[in-house]
Amino acid sequence: MKRVFQDIWYSVQDFLQTFGSSQLFLVRILAGVPAAFLRPGLIIKQIHGSGVLSLAIIGISGFFVGMVLSLQAYNSLARFGATESLGVLAALALTRELGPVVTALLFAGRAGTALASEIGLMRATDQLSGMEMMAVDPVRRVVVPRFIGGVIAMPLLAAIFSAMGLFGAWLEGVMLLGVDEGAFWQQMRSQVDVYDDVLAGILKSFVFGIAASLLAVFEGYNSIPTAEGVSRATTRTVVLTALAVLVLNFMLTAALIGEV
Amino acid sequence: MAAREEKGVLKSDSRGSEDNIVVIRDLHYSRGHRKIYEGLNLEIPRGRVTAIMGPSGTGKTTMLRLITGQILPDSGSILIEGQDVAKMRRKQLYEYRKRIGMLFQNGALLTDINVYENVAFPLREHTDLPERLIRHIVLTKLHAVGLRGAWHMMPSELSGGMARRVALARAIAMDPDLILYDEPFVGLDPISMGVIVRLIRRMNDALGLTSIVVSHDVDEISSISDRTYLISDGRVVASGSPEDLQDNCSAVVMQFMNGMADGPVPFHYPAPDYGEQLLGRDN
Repeated sequence: MKRVFQDIWYSVQDFLQTFGSSQLFLVRILAGVPAAFLRPGLIIKQIHGSGVLSLAIIGISGFFVGMVLSLQAYNSLARFGATESLGVLAALALTRELGPVVTALLFAGRAGTALASEIGLMRATDQLSGMEMMAVDPVRRVVVPRFIGGVIAMPLLAAIFSAMGLFGAWLEGVMLLGVDEGAFWQQMRSQVDVYDDVLAGILKSFVFGIAASLLAVFEGYNSIPTAEGVSRATTRTVVLTALAVLVLNFMLTAALIGEV
Repeated sequence: MAAREEKGVLKSDSRGSEDNIVVIRDLHYSRGHRKIYEGLNLEIPRGRVTAIMGPSGTGKTTMLRLITGQILPDSGSILIEGQDVAKMRRKQLYEYRKRIGMLFQNGALLTDINVYENVAFPLREHTDLPERLIRHIVLTKLHAVGLRGAWHMMPSELSGGMARRVALARAIAMDPDLILYDEPFVGLDPISMGVIVRLIRRMNDALGLTSIVVSHDVDEISSISDRTYLISDGRVVASGSPEDLQDNCSAVVMQFMNGMADGPVPFHYPAPDYGEQLLGRDN
């Protein structure tokens, strides 16, 4: 029994230590952000790596999530004779919740793992040490542009996910299930608020972008420079990002709605 | 060239006890419970090729990391041009590193950019030189290592020897005063090894550098070094010219220089009795 408590205590200590280190790392990154914008080429390259190269998975996932959402919602709404509300339901679900959250989870799996393993392998092959030896700070040269790229890419990807989701919902609901097209779009326009719904979703995805990018670069930068170490860092990136996104999502939703 | 030769002669002539670019005094360093250095002393003379040799695990690479301030000693001093590396602030350390070139064991080339960009990397980071001048410098350095024609290749397309030569071109891109080589001959075929051996000597003499070569390849390193330090058990056990070491009668030196499997450096890692362990009685 004593050993169980000891293990729990060590786990808590480990978590607090990692959390503290990641926050100190964030401060170090933020200190390098202004200078990074003086070299926009590095940031654009990372937006391409994290954002453009994730477009396929985000677009296709968004499309099918929208179709399934429309199919499920139609069957429920049909019981109350409210199938015209399908558009507004899909739009609210996508912009407020599914867009930011699912995009962040997909980002962790596609771009987050790529960032963590790339930086981890750079450490394992002495590329980061080589930079330090050339008097180049690897945090400013390697980590900061990747972090900024991820933070910028995430809200854009979430917007594309939601747009593709709406397209899927429209295709399923209007074209296949026969929901009235005018009601589909009109109710969406009247019920979806730019500030409370769309901007709230963008704010969420921005916060998720910070969390997902920070965890990916932190895990990669601090990985043990072996094959096993890089593998573990990549796995931890996905697991920790998924947990962080879901916890943050609840906290942000509660804060935005104003109720718990 | 004449000026370079004159500079080289001046450096050679003025080489005395005070003309050491690196001076290490009473260095102690431990990794965990394992003591790597226990009171190590050595000097690196300016303008010469100095070899640091020793059996695997004696901390040769650690020595380079201490000299470059990547890790700090437990006690003792590492003086570079009279300044203690351990006491340098981060900015000062980075300024000092701009005057050092280091060749890593695996080259440590940046894998997402080509050969040209790798050599141009330190120039782009630290200077505002126009592109035309950067191109001139990069091609000059690549020509010096015989790889001007490979400027467009990616690191993944290079052989081990070529990668190390590109890394050497990058290491000399900023015209450093001191260049450090970490096991430059490991895993190379005889031709590539011969090329690297000659390049180290030629670069040192032509560019008026000071070179520190960490290696355990006795024949190769002996052919180019002016002074050799042999390190074992955390201390310098012998030093001098390669000939001095060949004539040294110390058991450790003889074992290392002649490649004997057993001696003061044991072949077997400490273990319980062989028979007892085979019979499962070692617990």
